[in-house]
Amino acid sequence: MVEFTPKAAGAVPPAEVPDVELYHPTNWWTKYVFSQDAKVIAIQYSGTAILVGLIALVLSWLMRLQLGFPDTFSFISAEAYYQFITMHGMIMVIYLLTALFLGGFGNYLIPLMIGARDMAFPYVNMLSFWIYFLAVLVLVSSFFSPGGPTGAGWTLYPPQAIMSGTPGGQDAGILLMLISLVLFIIGFTMGGLNYVVTVLQCRARGMTLMRMPLTIWAIFTATVMALLAFPALFVAGVMMLFDRLLGSSFFMPALVELGERLEYGGGSPILFQHLFWFFGHPEVYIVALPAFGIVSDLISVHARKTIFGYRMMVWAIVIIGALSFIVWAHHMYVSGMNPWFGFFFATTTLIIAVPTAIKVYNWVLTLWRGDIHFSIPMLFALAFIVTFLNGGLSGLFLGNVVVDVPLSDTMFVVAHFHMVMGVAPILAIFGAIYHWYPKIAGKMLDDTMGKIHFWITFIGAYAIFFPMHYVGLVGVPRRYPEIGDMSFVPESINELNAFISIAALIVGAAQVLFIFNLLWSIRHGKDSGGNPWRATTLEWQTPTTPPPHGNWGQNLPVVYRWAYDYSVPGADEDFLAQNDPWPDKPDGAQA
Amino acid sequence: MIFAVILVLIVLGSVIFHVFSPWWMTPIASNWSYIDDTLVVTFWMTGIVFAAIVLFMAYCLFRFRHVEGRKAAYEPENKKLEIWLTVATTVGVAALLAPGLYVWGQFITVPDEATEVEVVGLQWQWNFRLPGEDGKLGKSDTDLISFDNPLGLDPDDPNSADDVVVEADDLHLPIGKPVKMLLRSIDVLHDFYVPEFRAKMDLIPGTITYFWITPTRTGEFEILCAELCGTGHGFMRGIVLVDTDEDYQTWLQEQSTFTELTLNDHIKTASRAKP
Repeated sequence: MVEFTPKAAGAVPPAEVPDVELYHPTNWWTKYVFSQDAKVIAIQYSGTAILVGLIALVLSWLMRLQLGFPDTFSFISAEAYYQFITMHGMIMVIYLLTALFLGGFGNYLIPLMIGARDMAFPYVNMLSFWIYFLAVLVLVSSFFSPGGPTGAGWTLYPPQAIMSGTPGGQDAGILLMLISLVLFIIGFTMGGLNYVVTVLQCRARGMTLMRMPLTIWAIFTATVMALLAFPALFVAGVMMLFDRLLGSSFFMPALVELGERLEYGGGSPILFQHLFWFFGHPEVYIVALPAFGIVSDLISVHARKTIFGYRMMVWAIVIIGALSFIVWAHHMYVSGMNPWFGFFFATTTLIIAVPTAIKVYNWVLTLWRGDIHFSIPMLFALAFIVTFLNGGLSGLFLGNVVVDVPLSDTMFVVAHFHMVMGVAPILAIFGAIYHWYPKIAGKMLDDTMGKIHFWITFIGAYAIFFPMHYVGLVGVPRRYPEIGDMSFVPESINELNAFISIAALIVGAAQVLFIFNLLWSIRHGKDSGGNPWRATTLEWQTPTTPPPHGNWGQNLPVVYRWAYDYSVPGADEDFLAQNDPWPDKPDGAQA
Repeated sequence: MIFAVILVLIVLGSVIFHVFSPWWMTPIASNWSYIDDTLVVTFWMTGIVFAAIVLFMAYCLFRFRHVEGRKAAYEPENKKLEIWLTVATTVGVAALLAPGLYVWGQFITVPDEATEVEVVGLQWQWNFRLPGEDGKLGKSDTDLISFDNPLGLDPDDPNSADDVVVEADDLHLPIGKPVKMLLRSIDVLHDFYVPEFRAKMDLIPGTITYFWITPTRTGEFEILCAELCGTGHGFMRGIVLVDTDEDYQTWLQEQSTFTELTLNDHIKTASRAKP
């Protein structure tokens, strides 16, 4: 326990640059469509991501129908199944999670939480969304292209990704996928530069880096990582396009297909895997870090307690971000790369467990001696801890090179990554939406619907993915449209698969209730007021709710304290807003 | 309150599921029982950590739930506790990593006496090649693949002549003898996966990869492909039989060498050419 003496508000530096006037919209188009307001762009990003996410949800239903009840749905052929898993994976990882966390929450929260009027480059920000939107259109168009979308698996490993034995390999499917990814990365880079520059340059007076909410630290770090990681995917995508269209052989060795020697030679399929995972592993943390940050803030607000070990939390985010660039080949232990790599990558991978564990401890220790309110955002944040802990621990199996060997490419892996980077981040997203919706809409989301949505989603997701580990442990490989007749698999696994499928259908259906709640509450929700959760951070201190373009009205906020002054001894309320100069008189700092 | 109860139920349910469900690893048939041991140790350690943290959480949620008049403690940091937890975690992680790396060291060190067996994958079947009496596999090249020479062996390499070629048929291995599986693909990525052997490895066109095992139990085991290789991936199956030495020799005698196969083909072609 640290001694606490209420300190005079920290020194606030004078304004270094004058407040600038924004480009205000002049008509409907520039206000709602080609908007340069980060908050509108955030909603555009989020809306698009959720819509495309619904496609991924339907695809997961179809996959589970096939796995739970094989030979029942004749329209789900092996080709179709592979197309479903590929599109489901790519949509969820890139077009939903990345876009929603960085494009959605990043845009909405960064300017508001650091006390800025908008992003540093509003015009580029607008372009970022529209290029993302174009990427989504190209992606979705592949469903309607001859031959359908690619079925190469979301990892798109060559040579099969561009060969005729794979759905879409010799048709438009793979081309549209690669073009869409390239567009996504271009769009993201515009947005990402914006988020980084805004955090570094546009913070309010007094908002030092170590006073920033962890949500901002996490989104900031994740954005820096994405800016460094996505180029690897970009070059891999462009090279594969060349291989497919121009007959180059970056990833294509000499090979024979259906008895015919193809015109390729000299390329390296494993080079693609290194490039892909050099992007792909940081990507896991690109979606996990924002969830970490958001959950830290939700727990602190709803337990009315300062986040435990703030400095450690910041360093853990930064260290995880840095380490995540040297662990990528743990996805490739059985890829046939030089086996000596196994020692290095297993070691780095298990080291990353330490800062990650610290984060979990600190969330739980924040609950200790708190004043815990079981609001809907809090429910989701708590559920996040459970699923993330579960998924993180199963990562210790897969990271520890030799234990990975029997489990690699089995359903155990599918269970692991869904728990850790599917369910957990999505629970954080739900928590965040229930938490910030009142600021966005000025209305509360409906509590009853929220509770039903929460319990079905949490218990259901656990019921889907916990038993799935054991399907993999038995030895069932992933990416099999049906188990069929495998001598080592007991009959009873089919019942387990049917159970998982039914749980998946129910959890999916519960999301419809969530979408309904989002729309219904715009009109019928209770008025929220400006700060319904009695939170300290700046976004809750805007003069009006929802905040207008420019956020702050006449005067920019001035920050006197960190983001976690809850239950401060001696204070009247159980929270002190970041722009509250207590115990000094408020007029002293306005100069 | 409900949440605390649910958390306790999740822990209990998970443990009960783990202990009483019928789903566990299929009985092992190779020397890699160390892998199983490491996996079981990992289950124990992670299971204890999971239960401890979730139960602690449940206690907090019950004990510190909001009631009228409660105020949270103000405790931004606790250096001692944070350092203690970091050190304990580091020790735990090291305790998992050390045996893992030790076994990995064995996994990648092929014993000198291991005999070589080549696995050749293509969409969507398994083929095999044994070195024959000279104990050496002849060279191969993707450019030499033809209808008569589906595995692309080099006819000019004297080592190829007595190589035993098993085309799209069962592989047999003798029990108790270490084998080095050399893996080659002529089209896309595949992965040679026999759940009972625990070991698996990708096949990469243009490269030869490997792993080694010693079969420890006779029987018939299924070979699956574990790396997505196109539409037929889920149906790319094969059979490997682990035989007693005697049975193995009998099987081996029945197999054809590369020379015999090409000769036969020539005879067939010749007889077909006759009017």
